Amino acid sequence: MSKRNAIRGGPGRASFLTLFVLLAPALIIFIAMVLVPVVEAAAFSLYKWNGLGPMTNFRGLRNFQALFSDEVVGKAISHNVLIAIFSLVVQLPMAMGLALIVSDEKFKGAVFFRTFFFLPYVLSEVITGALWQFIYQPQFGLVKLLWSTLLPGAQAPALLGDTKTVFWAILAVIVWKYFGLHMTIYVAGLQDIPKEQIEAATIDGASRKRIFASIILPGMRIPIQLSVFFSVIGSFQIFDVVWAMGRGDPVNAAETIVTYLYKMGLQRFNIGYGGAIAVFIFLLCLFFNLFYQKVLVREES
Amino acid sequence: MRSIKSGDRLMAVVRYCVCGAMFLIVAVPLYIAVMGGFKDMAQLQTDPMGLPSPLVAANYLDMLTGKTGSFWRQMGNSLIIAGGTIAILLVVATFAAYALARMRFKLSCLVYGIFQLGFFFPLAVAILPLYLQMRGLHLIDKYMGVILPQVAFQIPMQVMLLRGFIKAIPDELEEAAAIDGYGAFGFLLKIVVPLSTPILATVAILTLVASWNNFFTPLIVLNTATKFTLPMGVMDFMGQYAAGWNLILAFLTLAMVPAIVLYVLCQKYIVAGLTGGAIKG
Repeated sequence: MSKRNAIRGGPGRASFLTLFVLLAPALIIFIAMVLVPVVEAAAFSLYKWNGLGPMTNFRGLRNFQALFSDEVVGKAISHNVLIAIFSLVVQLPMAMGLALIVSDEKFKGAVFFRTFFFLPYVLSEVITGALWQFIYQPQFGLVKLLWSTLLPGAQAPALLGDTKTVFWAILAVIVWKYFGLHMTIYVAGLQDIPKEQIEAATIDGASRKRIFASIILPGMRIPIQLSVFFSVIGSFQIFDVVWAMGRGDPVNAAETIVTYLYKMGLQRFNIGYGGAIAVFIFLLCLFFNLFYQKVLVREES
Repeated sequence: MRSIKSGDRLMAVVRYCVCGAMFLIVAVPLYIAVMGGFKDMAQLQTDPMGLPSPLVAANYLDMLTGKTGSFWRQMGNSLIIAGGTIAILLVVATFAAYALARMRFKLSCLVYGIFQLGFFFPLAVAILPLYLQMRGLHLIDKYMGVILPQVAFQIPMQVMLLRGFIKAIPDELEEAAAIDGYGAFGFLLKIVVPLSTPILATVAILTLVASWNNFFTPLIVLNTATKFTLPMGVMDFMGQYAAGWNLILAFLTLAMVPAIVLYVLCQKYIVAGLTGGAIKG
């Protein structure tokens, strides 16, 4: 204890300088670039402003009123929610299934598949989006090839040009890009489950289903929580892939809340309305965070 | 006994079918990009899947020699921005994590709590004010204008990872360092940093991947094509060569190579940083 104080110069003045030097750089950058902008966004949301000159046109909550009656916002949010639901219902179970396969060391090729499936996650979202734009190209892409094999002579559909299909086409790319991350999280979790437990259960004659339900699933609580968190928060922030595959168009058919924020705020310079959208996104993430902490994390433990 | 065995065999077949199908789903688009880059437009149109014949190397060569696009320039920009982000982040995050892990002071919890707030604040929420702030600081179209926000948004995660690691360094080492006459900074530089190389490497590589692939921040800050990073370069290139899909695929392939090489070389750090750190930390 006394040595502790010796090295740090005690809790007195000497250590204040040390603490300041150590903490100030990170704090200043973080506060200036993360906290202050979020507070500023909240302030902007109360004004009508184009980002130039003084911010004087106070609008109260009228930006929020406009937001709640804006059809595009409703559409965009419904897309974000669909992405989140699709991730939870399709992507995560799929990732879990694959993780169960590739975490088995007796399965030849497990390490190879594990490594390879994670690869799309390391690629940039923009490159991924651009690449899939080609795959979906009706004149050259893979879609054309599949189409002409299955239905010779028929015109291949322009999946990204049709308001009915564009969202689903992008959703498929999102799964392609991110399933490997979730699989990898699960593989790491599965490796922490003691093998003896599973072996003992097998010897006792427990079925695979039974082992999964009573040993593996409970042991995977933290990895599952983590991947649920990543996919829901990620779904509400999705931008790059959508932007690279047609900027949320045609006619907002693939719009997400962040592509709309970008269009309103930085393309049309409607900073007030953009600020209101930003506050809305922040509140959505905050509510999810609180819900997640209170309900999901606590109930299971 | 026999039924279990044949069940196992069936299981193995199912496993290989599932993995094989997923393998194709991941590999085919990548294969199409690499091969498409070696084709001319006519070949690409008639046979997107086949091997190129004849092989057109000009698409790649023109890009590598700078005749089409600005691949090297944009790769350089990406490297400068990633390098700057890593350098600044490693210093400020290690300093802060060290103070939070090994020093007792009244506001310790508050400071850590402030950093933790970052997990609640997505970048998207901050972009409008961030853009105006960068304009006010005259950092629009400057590398620093991309680097500083990237550092800021990495701080919460990396301080958390580093703090966990530095906390685990035994107290005896600190006492020994004190006897040898090292102060707080001496202990940090002579003992904590060398012991922390694995976690520092993890932080550096995770930041490299994040910065390399980041599109949103450069999109907001950079205007001039000569400053563009690779992801922005891809979008720009697609705008310029809209119908030249063979050229676009060649560019995409070149732009993917650095990330793939990095992944192959540093796989352990990337996977451990993203999963182990988060699960156990």
